[in-house]
Amino acid sequence: MPDAVPAPDAAVQLLDPSGTRREDARWGALVSGVGAEQLRERYRDMALVRRFDAEATALQRQGELALWASGTGQEAAQVGAARALAPQDHVFPTYREHGIAWVRGVDPLQVLSLYRGASHGGWDPRASGFHPYTLVIGAQLPHATGYAMGVQRDGDVATGDPARDTAVLACFGDGASSQGEVSEALNWAAVFRAPVVFFCQNNGWAISSPTSRQFAAPLARRAEGFGVPGVQVDGNDVLAVEAVVREAADRARSGGGPTLVEALTFRVAAHTTSDDSSRYRPREEDELWATRDPLTRVEAHLRATGGADDAFFDAVRAEGDELGARVRRGVREMADPEPLSMFDHAYAGDHPLVAQERAWLEGWIATEPEEAR
Amino acid sequence: MTTTATRPAPHAEATAPTTLTLAKAITAALHDAMAADEKVLLMGEDIGRLGGVFRVTDGLQAAFGEDRVVDTPLAEASILGTAVGLALRGYRPVCEIQFDGFVYPAFSQIVSQLAKMPARLAGAGTVPVVVRIPYGGGIGAVEHHSESPEAYFAHTAGLRVIAPATPQDAYWMLRQALTQPDPLVVMEPKRRYWDKGAVTAGAASLAEAPALHSARVARPVSAERAAAGGAVTVVAYGPTVRVALDAAQAAAEEGVELEVVDLRSLSPLDTGTVVESAQRTGRVVVVHEAPVFLGMGAEVAARVTEAAFHSLEAPVLRVGGFAVPYPAARVEEHYLPDAERLLDAVDRVLAR
Repeated sequence: MPDAVPAPDAAVQLLDPSGTRREDARWGALVSGVGAEQLRERYRDMALVRRFDAEATALQRQGELALWASGTGQEAAQVGAARALAPQDHVFPTYREHGIAWVRGVDPLQVLSLYRGASHGGWDPRASGFHPYTLVIGAQLPHATGYAMGVQRDGDVATGDPARDTAVLACFGDGASSQGEVSEALNWAAVFRAPVVFFCQNNGWAISSPTSRQFAAPLARRAEGFGVPGVQVDGNDVLAVEAVVREAADRARSGGGPTLVEALTFRVAAHTTSDDSSRYRPREEDELWATRDPLTRVEAHLRATGGADDAFFDAVRAEGDELGARVRRGVREMADPEPLSMFDHAYAGDHPLVAQERAWLEGWIATEPEEAR
Repeated sequence: MTTTATRPAPHAEATAPTTLTLAKAITAALHDAMAADEKVLLMGEDIGRLGGVFRVTDGLQAAFGEDRVVDTPLAEASILGTAVGLALRGYRPVCEIQFDGFVYPAFSQIVSQLAKMPARLAGAGTVPVVVRIPYGGGIGAVEHHSESPEAYFAHTAGLRVIAPATPQDAYWMLRQALTQPDPLVVMEPKRRYWDKGAVTAGAASLAEAPALHSARVARPVSAERAAAGGAVTVVAYGPTVRVALDAAQAAAEEGVELEVVDLRSLSPLDTGTVVESAQRTGRVVVVHEAPVFLGMGAEVAARVTEAAFHSLEAPVLRVGGFAVPYPAARVEEHYLPDAERLLDAVDRVLAR
């Protein structure tokens, strides 16, 4: 069995798996403002996202969702990256970015409507700065680069105004790194110095294919070939991810161009609820990564430093159960879309054929026997 | 990054008709659209300093600057992919694909991203990207430079597809394309780029322009003449409109009148204009360069048959390319439908 996931020892790490905060002059300075209170916020985000994920998995098993792509294990990578962003920044996610969606304020029920088969997304990216999920692997990276070219043309780079300068976070995974469009987008952004942070969550597996089937050299090393900085970070360390993405986003906003960040993390669940990782992934790997859990280390740190006590963790747990109940109720009560709504947004302008076919279906439904409706 | 280029004022009034080639009519339309809307920008390979391999964007980078006429890396998928991102940021990108056969690396972005984005956004934004594709054969080119891939795009829900055949339509339709809200593919008849015609340009002239998605009767046949029999409707678009008009002239000498319908828009399709003509003449032939099998002609034939079955005196016939990869240039004249092949089909629908 190939060595699927490189050990994160050499990567940037600020909080080790035991919960010890490491001194680091360069990276530590970027999160010097993250004290006990801020760490509690990040822990809360990660715990709620994990609870939401568990609820979604259960809802799929109960037949309420068509599919679920679990992000469990990747909470630190996602919450850390999202916490490094400014409100005006924009995210182009994969379909597993539930932690970033949470931090950006996307309603979890909208995410679940996609996985229920009730929508193709449908949240407003202009409100959250979080684009709808893209299911074609890697296809959103050129979108991110193009969006960033728009940011440049709007003059929203290097003004020095922290409320204006804008970065774009382009999310992808280790599997996507094999797609041509990912390399194209990196190269393109480098050529135009577009304000993009290319954020790879290397979770070890693309369905059943280990990273050894995707690349022969560490992904972060590709950055040099594209002429951009590249950083490898412990993706299960929320502090380190926040520091690394903050530096990259600052570089982008100030006109320094793109950065490639490779966050080493682990997909704890199978690829989706339709997958069975026991068919291809050695159990030892799951056991190893269980010792590197992103939540455990923050809890250990907070407890050891007096940053949080039982009352805090109990409260977060209770909040998680409330969220789970809300999500469960919301999904079960989620109405199917009206059949004619499929015609609503095929085109923004008038389209005679769509109008004609809509009218036909409307009439057909009206004349259907009651029991067939 | 700032745009430092001068910004010419848009034409306020319709200018008197001038004679332009089809290529230069597109240049004028792009120029005027960019002057009218600062969100319009052009992207493509070699379109800036060179002015494009067909010189369609000649002079535009000098006029509008490198930020608005962007010489891109040589990567079609990303030309389309970044255009989607720019559109999401509020821009109106016009992507030039250098030749028809080079569009396929961008096919996934066009079909799976651009065309479906409005449905995915469900009203939370639009992606009015325009894709310009010089298409079709007859220019003696090497492989991949002569193809007619319009059916792929017309078959894709979410896209609009137009195919202007004259300089005036090229101007008007490009201007209209750049004010409507949907993803749109322009099939540009490259062997007609150098055809000349009168063009009335300017914003005011757009009031005279027919609707973007309407067909045009390029050569009418009178109702009396049609009722007398011996008239045939020929449906064409893009480069075959001229083939049809040439054939009509030859047919007239033999006492056969061809009513030539120029589709102009392939999706949506102006079925009404075609059906109306078919009801008058009772006979229809469709001609295009793309392979006949599953081409636009199949759709036209099916819709005419459904809507005008009782008016038809003969089956709708199709004339077009064969079910082979586009052949080497030295034999392309045997592949491309010409007036002779069109007239043979006309004879068959007339049972002559």
